[in-house]
Formats: sequence, C-alpha cells, structure tokens
Amino acid sequence: MSTFDNPFDPNRRLHAGGCSCGQHVSEAEHQAAQLQAQAAIASEQKRYEGVVASAVMRAMFPQDVARRSFLKSVGAATAAAALSQFFPLKTATEAFAQGGPLEKKDLKVGFIPITCATPIIMAAPMGFYAKNGLNVEVIKTAGWAVIRDKTINKEYDAAHMLSPMPLAITMGAGSNPIPYTMPAVENINGQAITLSIKHKDKRNPKDWKGFKFAVPFDYSMHNYLLRYYLAEHGIDPDADVQIRAVPPPEMVANLRADNIDGFLGPDPMNQRAVFDGAGFIHILTKDIWEGHPCCAFAASKEFVTSMPNTYGALLKSIIEATAYAHKAENRKEIAAAIAPANYLNQPPIVLEQVLTGTFADGLGNIVTQPNRVDFDPFPWQSFAVWIMTQMKRWGQIKGDIDYAGIAAQVYLATDAAKLMKQAGLTPPTATTKSFSVMGKTFDPAKPEDYLASFKIRKAS
Amino acid sequence: MTSSLRFRAAVVSIALFAAFLGIWHLATRSTGAVGNMSPEYAKLMGLTATQGKSAMPGPSDVGAKLWEHLRQPFYDNGPNDKGLGIQLGYSIARVGLGYFLAVIVAIPLGFLIGMSPLISKALDPFIQVLKPISPLAWMPLALYTIKDSSISAIFVIFICSVWPMLLNTAFGVAAVRKEWINVARTLEVGTVRRAFTVILPAAAPTILTGMRISIGIAWLVIVAAEMLVGGTGIGYFVWNEWNNLSITNVIIAILMIGIVGMLLDQILARFTRMVTFPE
Repeated sequence: MSTFDNPFDPNRRLHAGGCSCGQHVSEAEHQAAQLQAQAAIASEQKRYEGVVASAVMRAMFPQDVARRSFLKSVGAATAAAALSQFFPLKTATEAFAQGGPLEKKDLKVGFIPITCATPIIMAAPMGFYAKNGLNVEVIKTAGWAVIRDKTINKEYDAAHMLSPMPLAITMGAGSNPIPYTMPAVENINGQAITLSIKHKDKRNPKDWKGFKFAVPFDYSMHNYLLRYYLAEHGIDPDADVQIRAVPPPEMVANLRADNIDGFLGPDPMNQRAVFDGAGFIHILTKDIWEGHPCCAFAASKEFVTSMPNTYGALLKSIIEATAYAHKAENRKEIAAAIAPANYLNQPPIVLEQVLTGTFADGLGNIVTQPNRVDFDPFPWQSFAVWIMTQMKRWGQIKGDIDYAGIAAQVYLATDAAKLMKQAGLTPPTATTKSFSVMGKTFDPAKPEDYLASFKIRKAS
Repeated sequence: MTSSLRFRAAVVSIALFAAFLGIWHLATRSTGAVGNMSPEYAKLMGLTATQGKSAMPGPSDVGAKLWEHLRQPFYDNGPNDKGLGIQLGYSIARVGLGYFLAVIVAIPLGFLIGMSPLISKALDPFIQVLKPISPLAWMPLALYTIKDSSISAIFVIFICSVWPMLLNTAFGVAAVRKEWINVARTLEVGTVRRAFTVILPAAAPTILTGMRISIGIAWLVIVAAEMLVGGTGIGYFVWNEWNNLSITNVIIAILMIGIVGMLLDQILARFTRMVTFPE
C-alpha cells in the first residue's frame, strides 16, 4: 500500500488478487480510478492534510487489520473527526506546510546517476526545492563509498543511498559503525534481472549453475533480491554461481563483453542493456517482491537536529517530488527533465521506457507494467527488519541482532511521530507492515523464525 | 640528410595514422539491419540493436563529437555538465597546485639530504617505505582525515610528485663534483653562497629531470583521482561519460589527456635544456 493511497478507506484489500482496494477488477483499472481521484485533490493544502492524516492514522493503527475494523465500525469521516479531536491535525499540517525560518538555504545533495534517484534529481529542474525556499545543487557522485564519505565530511548536506546502507553503516558491517538515519525511501520496485542475450533460451533459473552475476554493491537490495530469487529456485548463491560487485555502467559493458551472464541492477542500466542489444529483461524485481524498497534519502543526524527547518523543507521538497513522480501521467515529463547530461546523461527514450513502464524486453515484446518503478517515501521499519534477516542469512552480520531496535533507530520514525510528540502525545512505536516475498509472508515480529525457514543460507 | 630523414619520418607517420584510421573505420562500420523487428519495437531500441551498429564508435563519430567539444569548450550547465576546456582547466589547476607544493617541499629537503650524509642516512628508511606507495592508496586516508575531496585530490598529487623530485635533487646535489666544492672552499665561499652559485647550477639538470618525472606522474594520477572523487576535472569527465556508456567521449578525453600530458612534459624538457651545460 502506498503512502499516497487513502488510509481512511475501510474497503481496501490487504492482499493481492484483483486490485488493492478490491473495488476494481484489475490493478490497472484501480489505478485509472485513482488517477481521477488524485486529480480532484488539486490544492496543495489538501495534499498536506492527506499526507499528515495518513501518517497519523497509520501511526495510531499500525496493524492494517485493526485500522480496517476501526474504520468499518465508525466510518471514515467519524474517524477523521475523532482523530482531529485529540491530535491537532490542522496545526500539524500547517507546521508541516510552512515550517520556521530556514537556517541554511544553499544545500548540496549527492546522487548516483540511476533512476532510483529520480525524486532527488527532478526536484531541482522542476523547481520543488525552489518552491520551499531552498537553493539545492544536486551533485553526481562517483560511487556509494564516496557518497558516504562526502556526507560524513559535510560536503553534502544529504544524499541518495541504498536502503540497506544506513543499516550496514550503523551496525558497522563493511565500515566503521556510525549512526545513520534514513527519513525517506526514495523508490520502490524499479530493478530487474537482466541476462545476456545469448541466454534467451535459458529462462529457467535451475539452469543457471555456473553463471556469473553482477550486483552494484554488497549491501544493496539488488544483492539480497538476487540471492533470494536464486535460492528460491534451489541455486546456492555462494556455491553454484558467482556474484560480484560491479558499478552499474560496467554491468552493460561486461554483459556485452561476455564477462558476466547477467546482473540484477538498477535502471536505466537494465533498459540500456536492451537498448544496446546486449541483453534482455528476465524478470522485474516487482515480480519478486511487489513494493520492495530500493534507494533511500539519507541525512546525517547532525543535520537533522541542528537545522530542523531546513531539514523539514528539504524533506518536504523530496516528499512532494515523490508524490509527483508517483503519478503515472507525469512520468514522461520527468523522463525528459532528468535525461540531460547534467543529470542521468542517458538517451531520453531509455528513461521513458523505465519510468512509464512500457518497454521493450529485449526478446521482441513490448511489455506494459505501469508500476515497474514507483515512488513512495514511507520508511517502513519492517523493511529494515527484512533487510537485516537477509544480511544475517548471507553472513554479513552475525550473532544476536536487535532487529526492531536498529530498525527504529535508522529508519527514522516518521514526521508524524515527531509531530505527535510535540503535541504531547506518545506515538506508537510500531511502524511495521507485513508483506510477502515470492509468495512467502514475512512477519516482522518473528525475524528469527523467518530466517530459520530458509533451506539455503550461509552456515553461521 | 637530416631534413630528408625528417621528411621521410613524417611520411611514414602520416601513412601509419591513415592506416590506423582506415582499419578503425572498417572495423566499426555498421552491418545494416539485423533481425526483423516491428517498427514499434524498433523505436524503443538503439542503433546497435536495430542497425547492427558497432558498439565502438568509428573515427568519423569521434571527429564529429570532438568538433562539437572544440567549438564550445567552456560552456557551464550547472555542477554536473561543463565544457571540456573547463574540465581540463580544473585538472591542470589541481596538478599545478599539488605540484607547486611538492616543489617547495622536495627541493629544499632534497638539498639538505644531498648535502648532509647524516640527514640522508636518517631519512632514508622513511623515504624508502613511503616512495613505493601507490598515490591512490592515499586517497581513502586523505578523504577520511582531510574531509575535503578537492584538497584530498591535491594532497594525492603532492604526495606522488614529491618523491622523484626529492630523490633526484638529493642525488644531483650529492653528485656534484668534489673538485668544484673544494675550489669554492679554497676561495672561502660561505655555505649559502656555495649552495646557490656552485651546487644549484651543477645539480640543476638532475633536479629538473626529477621534476619532469614528477609532472608525468602527477598527470597520470589526477585522472584516476578525479574518477574516484568526482565533481570536476577531466578524470570526472571520463567517469561521467563511462556512466553514460559514451565511448566516443571517453576516446576524446583520452586524446586530450595525452595531448596535455605531452605539453606539460615538453615544457619541463625545455627548462631542462636551458639549464644543461656542456662539460
């Protein structure tokens, strides 16, 4: 479920099958209806109210089932009225919309040139930063380690990161332990497994023994999703195949040079491999885990605390840009805005295919998957717990892990929770939801049981 | 005889270059349409996939792109898109600054080492350990401690250009003929004056050879350092174009790096000739 969906709707369905609200036959029809509904919410004010109310509602009733039964019994309007009685929704909305005077106006935000960074990038050319009084320079950066160092150095005020990175850095896996924070998820879905064109008849993963794969970083969703997918098909990712960390642009070059058999990489590199005739898209990651997080927006804790208004304005710009990017009808315009050399430096047609979800798969078919990539900022802490189970599964972290504690520390409690505290209320600590990966349901309350249920895992 | 040799060499050079361009052109030309795609599908695909165009650009592609860059070398479209001239300017400025700092440190220190056997012996173990360290190995350490990427890049240039200059200066100073120093001593020339009027001119060719080696290394390193740190410079340009998988631009950058490197080397070679004297 998306942050931009209406949480006051008691009829929404919680599981797959038909559409997510259950009122439409298919997901496509549901989205068309949603687009109409969203178009109706024209004013900015309305949208802030929606975002704040949604976050509060979700924080009060973190369990989908409980919220639904509550809404069913009292009705959405009553629920909203009841909520506003003891939580000053209006004040919170105003605080969220206006903020105080900005401590600093000229900011630097680092990004890696992939479509995951779309909201961070597009907010610059499309004026989302300017609208909130910020003068943000978005700076292309050479790699994840450099992003990390430049954020610690304070050369960047905030940056684009992989969602497992703040967790890994906080726990000291692969680096010194430094407390990191992640106030927003950047994109959900948006990756794919791309195979060399010579394997177009080897679509069954069981035939992939001996393959060489590339992922962009050890601590990435790409690595965990590829390993998960392989293991579900009985391939031990540590023994039967080779997985290397390779920077995304080199993935396409290596695929063409026959050095690797495939990769699970960020877009636009999957589409670029197709565009260049080097590979084909085997499966989108949305078909492995619908709605999985990928990249994130990260800021240093010091920035968050020392410049709360600037941070608020920045986060607001990002959330607004994310909301804009979430709408399918804006995707073409966004593709055109981020294609130039200053940003992604890619042929516009490649980005358009990625963002609109109507794309050539490399095998001669034109596929339509409107939510091939989607944008939703809510940092569900259960995402963090899942990521940690996979880190432990593959031996990146060991021993007893305080899953919920670390998740709460890194995947920042939402702004709503902060606003609730300011209003003198005690926000609920749970900000989790359950979801399923390749048909297997994940219960964030029982990470060790989940972990124990896998046959293929690194002996620890 | 000499002029005819020069002429013949020029002819051979041009012929080799023409042959190189010809083979390059033939090797990268497109093979015409491949496969049968629906026009709708073909619209979503690139030239490599639809027309069998080689993934490597041909000489005409590179030429056209090069012309585009040369016509507009100093444009500035924000932090991530600047003209080739600006990028080269950044790199040359970084190399110049780091190299200048290295000169200030290495030549006096080299003098000291060359003139004093005690200091020479005392510093030798440090120099021997520090000298073989790859300049880029310093990069993470520099980034972590200096906490500023552009100063880190300059530091890396400094640390890599210091050693050849230091060692050559020390060697040049130590190798000044004893007779000359003895003559100066007989004439009761003071230490400072002796250093400037006798040793410096005698050691100058060796010192400049060291400086020439250093500038070569500095130019080699800046490209790699900028690829790592990013932001500006010709190294960043290469990385950025590689991200875009634009081999054409990468080839152009390589060409530019080669030309600038050659110019830097030639400038120092000219200085070396100026201070060299026939014995």
